[in-house]
Amino acid sequence: MFNPQLDEDGKLKHLLSIEGLPKQILNQILDTADSFAGVAEREVKKVPLLRGKTVCNIFFENSTRTRTTFEIAAKRLSADVINLNVGTSSQSKGETILDTVENLTAMHTDIFVVRHAESGAAHLIARHVQPHVHVINAGDGRHAHPTQGLLDVYTIRRHKPDMHNLKVALVGDVLHSRVARSEIHALTTLGVPEVRVIAPKTLLPEHVEKLGVQVYHDMREGLKGVDVVMMLRLQNERMSGSLLPSAQEYFKCFGLTQEKLALAKPDAIVMHPGPMNRGVEIDSSVADGSQSVILPQVTYGIAVRMAVMSILAGNG
Amino acid sequence: MTLPDAEQLFSSLVDQIKPLVTPDTAIVGIHSGGVWLMERLLSLLDADVVHGTLDVSFYRDDFASRGLHAETKPSQIAFDVNDRNILLIDDVFYTGRTIRAAMNELFDYGRPASISLAVLVNRGGRELPISPQISAAEIPLPPEQNLQLQRDDNGRFTLKLERADV
Repeated sequence: MFNPQLDEDGKLKHLLSIEGLPKQILNQILDTADSFAGVAEREVKKVPLLRGKTVCNIFFENSTRTRTTFEIAAKRLSADVINLNVGTSSQSKGETILDTVENLTAMHTDIFVVRHAESGAAHLIARHVQPHVHVINAGDGRHAHPTQGLLDVYTIRRHKPDMHNLKVALVGDVLHSRVARSEIHALTTLGVPEVRVIAPKTLLPEHVEKLGVQVYHDMREGLKGVDVVMMLRLQNERMSGSLLPSAQEYFKCFGLTQEKLALAKPDAIVMHPGPMNRGVEIDSSVADGSQSVILPQVTYGIAVRMAVMSILAGNG
Repeated sequence: MTLPDAEQLFSSLVDQIKPLVTPDTAIVGIHSGGVWLMERLLSLLDADVVHGTLDVSFYRDDFASRGLHAETKPSQIAFDVNDRNILLIDDVFYTGRTIRAAMNELFDYGRPASISLAVLVNRGGRELPISPQISAAEIPLPPEQNLQLQRDDNGRFTLKLERADV
């Protein structure tokens, strides 16, 4: 089957979604990230791999954490970085996405990091760029956010190295979450035997169990005995209609508190992709507590993005 | 051709290195063969010596043509490089490009007092003004041949000659 992410030799050409990527490529990214993790501890926090390459962050949708960590990752690889805030550029004057990309390619950009509110935007760009240009999806609509999924499984692997023996629960707004989709694909591809989703019916996509997950509507039931609790942000800004009665009601049923976390394994870790709604999906005492790895997730995100960019650039 | 016994070469390498180790010395093995040699060497030295490992994948000069090696290992330099006398250890010295990459990486950790190089075999063919201070054997080889250090389950070393994919 044609996979636009891979070249004819099966090597990674673009990173558009985790769905359809072989386990061996995911492991190569995670192993390479291990090597990059130490770079931040050194006197010179840079390696020369992407010297002379240009990375362009095109964000058609706002983001602080993702854009910043991509920028830091590219700079630690010695690339030149251009950040394009599209709200303030030609798009507002009517230029199409592909025109924008062609203009940037004419300026010899080597890697595009793309975020867009429409699902499929990164695919569209990947289909139209010149052969030497690589595209990384930094989040497209409800579809995928592969580097977030990768940094989440990297975080899990750092804390729980035996992936084949884990129970992982994703809690919250799976329906609107591209992060959840990428996490589920990454976890199942890497052989995590039990992935649970915990959410009210209104926040789950139809047929979600086809992704290979177990569905729970009762959070207390779903958290029992898990090794990893991955909270999802309640996507207020995408919520249309009345899927939920109120934020308070949501917190009561699906917010992570110390009391609910106690149902998971004693050494369970708590993750969140950010930005957090404290008091809506997660209690502050949990977010800042000893089981939280939410800030390490951010740090690992840099190493994972360095790994993705250097593997892509190295694949010609 | 008959290759020398790698274990004998290793003993000779250890004999040459021992007198050079001082309290300011840090030993750094280059992945993979250099790390194997360093691990055995450390167990034979009288005192604990500061040490680390380097994987030069991120500093190689052929990244543009060959991409990233599929199996990179983390470099581990947990000591302060500044003002140390670094002894780099590798299995086979050939073009000198790996050593250039290793030196570039070391300097990103700090400014060492000195760097010297010990290898098991110098096979000739250097392409840079870099050469080992210590080598247990000099075995000139044509580019079509690839000399590799191997380690068996008991940690014993052997040398293997292969056709190089030039």
